[in-house]
Amino acid sequence: MAIQPTHSSRRILLPVRQWFILFSLAAALFLNLIPLGDTFGVPDWVALVLAFWSVREPLRLGMGTAFIAGLLMDVASGSVMGQHPLAYLLLTFAAGGLSRRILWFPLVQQALHILPLLLATQVVMVVTRLVGGADFPGWGYFLGSFSGALLWFPLTFILLLPQYQPHEKDENRPI
Amino acid sequence: MSVVGHQPPPFFKRGPAPLARLAFFVILSLALLVLDLKYRYLELARQGLAVVLYPLQRTAYTPVDLYEQLGDYFSSLADVQRENVQLKRKELESANWLLRQQHLELENQRLRELLDMKARQSVPGTLAEILYTARDPFSRRVIVDKGSQHDIAAGQAVVDEAGVLGQVTRVYPLQSEVTLVTDKNQAVPVKIVRNGLRTVLFGASGGQLELRFLAANADVQPGDLLVTSGLDGVYLPGLPVAKVLRVDRDAAYSFARIVCEPAAGVEKHGQVLILGAREALPPQVAETEARDKPVKGRKARKKE
Repeated sequence: MAIQPTHSSRRILLPVRQWFILFSLAAALFLNLIPLGDTFGVPDWVALVLAFWSVREPLRLGMGTAFIAGLLMDVASGSVMGQHPLAYLLLTFAAGGLSRRILWFPLVQQALHILPLLLATQVVMVVTRLVGGADFPGWGYFLGSFSGALLWFPLTFILLLPQYQPHEKDENRPI
Repeated sequence: MSVVGHQPPPFFKRGPAPLARLAFFVILSLALLVLDLKYRYLELARQGLAVVLYPLQRTAYTPVDLYEQLGDYFSSLADVQRENVQLKRKELESANWLLRQQHLELENQRLRELLDMKARQSVPGTLAEILYTARDPFSRRVIVDKGSQHDIAAGQAVVDEAGVLGQVTRVYPLQSEVTLVTDKNQAVPVKIVRNGLRTVLFGASGGQLELRFLAANADVQPGDLLVTSGLDGVYLPGLPVAKVLRVDRDAAYSFARIVCEPAAGVEKHGQVLILGAREALPPQVAETEARDKPVKGRKARKKE
């Protein structure tokens, strides 16, 4: 329910639209579906967008949304059903719980908060699969979280763009 | 029955507490995990969701496809010509074998008839193309562009021009998932060409294979060729699978550590052949009867 870019900012933003949250999640799912092979360091876009909206709007992004997004990821990546939902649920809960704290910080420190959350998401998935008898994918797997944390700055900018629009449009003074 | 004034006004209603919701969904996903890992009950749900996701998946594949096409377009004429010369030479080299194969097959069939043996099975194949590697980093799987609409069924063997690539493990309407032989949970019954030693080949990390549970003094040498033994009823006998790379015999362990290299281009993309389902092996009659009806068997023996 944040109405400013960060809590210490003076700028008041437009309220977020529900369809934009869902649209950004769908776009993240699409980015995740692009087959890049075994390239390491590709972030999990869905986890990143889920973390973003859980921090910004913890009341608008429910656990049900995270669960369904996780299920779709499970089917798309051919992994065990329940692996992504479990990790995404814990991420959504943790990010929602931390949201009041995170938004007081500038973007660099926000990214530092997000990094352990993304890492924990991946650790949950690794533990789930290792218990299920799969092979350890190597330490390069965790690089995705670091690139995800780096992407926090452009992501914040892009996903907040619709809310930066002016409150009332003046025909005579367009800017 | 609610009494007026004893409930909070509706604008305070926010449903169950976050922790309760988390607990509910976590239990739900744990249940899904157990159902899928242990009982494989969720294949139908997975198929349904896969159909919904298919258009999105196809669209997401377009940029990669375009990139590859662009690469093909700009690959120089010289490359194609060199490849053409190579292929022609290869064809000439294999012509000797191919021309005699028909003769040999006929001869083999006649000899088998003479010996009253069962005829060798020949299975039809479906040509398919590997689209991409599955995203899941915990397993080694690829997606191919033929599915249940093209009469592909789970369990069929997949080969390329050099040897066994893997096995179809999951079939969607228009795509199917092939588990490569290098997957940790994929086992292929093989035999060593040189001495006919039967064993089972498992996937190992790093795109390699491993012969497990062979005694430290087993007759295996680096360079040995492994072909399918056909005992599983899935793979046809005699398909090349791997070559032994190195054998570590450590006296401290009772088993030798034998690392093999896949024969097929397992980690490459390209055309593959999905072999049709093999005829089922004859059921092991005597053993199952003995296990199912132990009392009757004992009686029969007494009569004798």
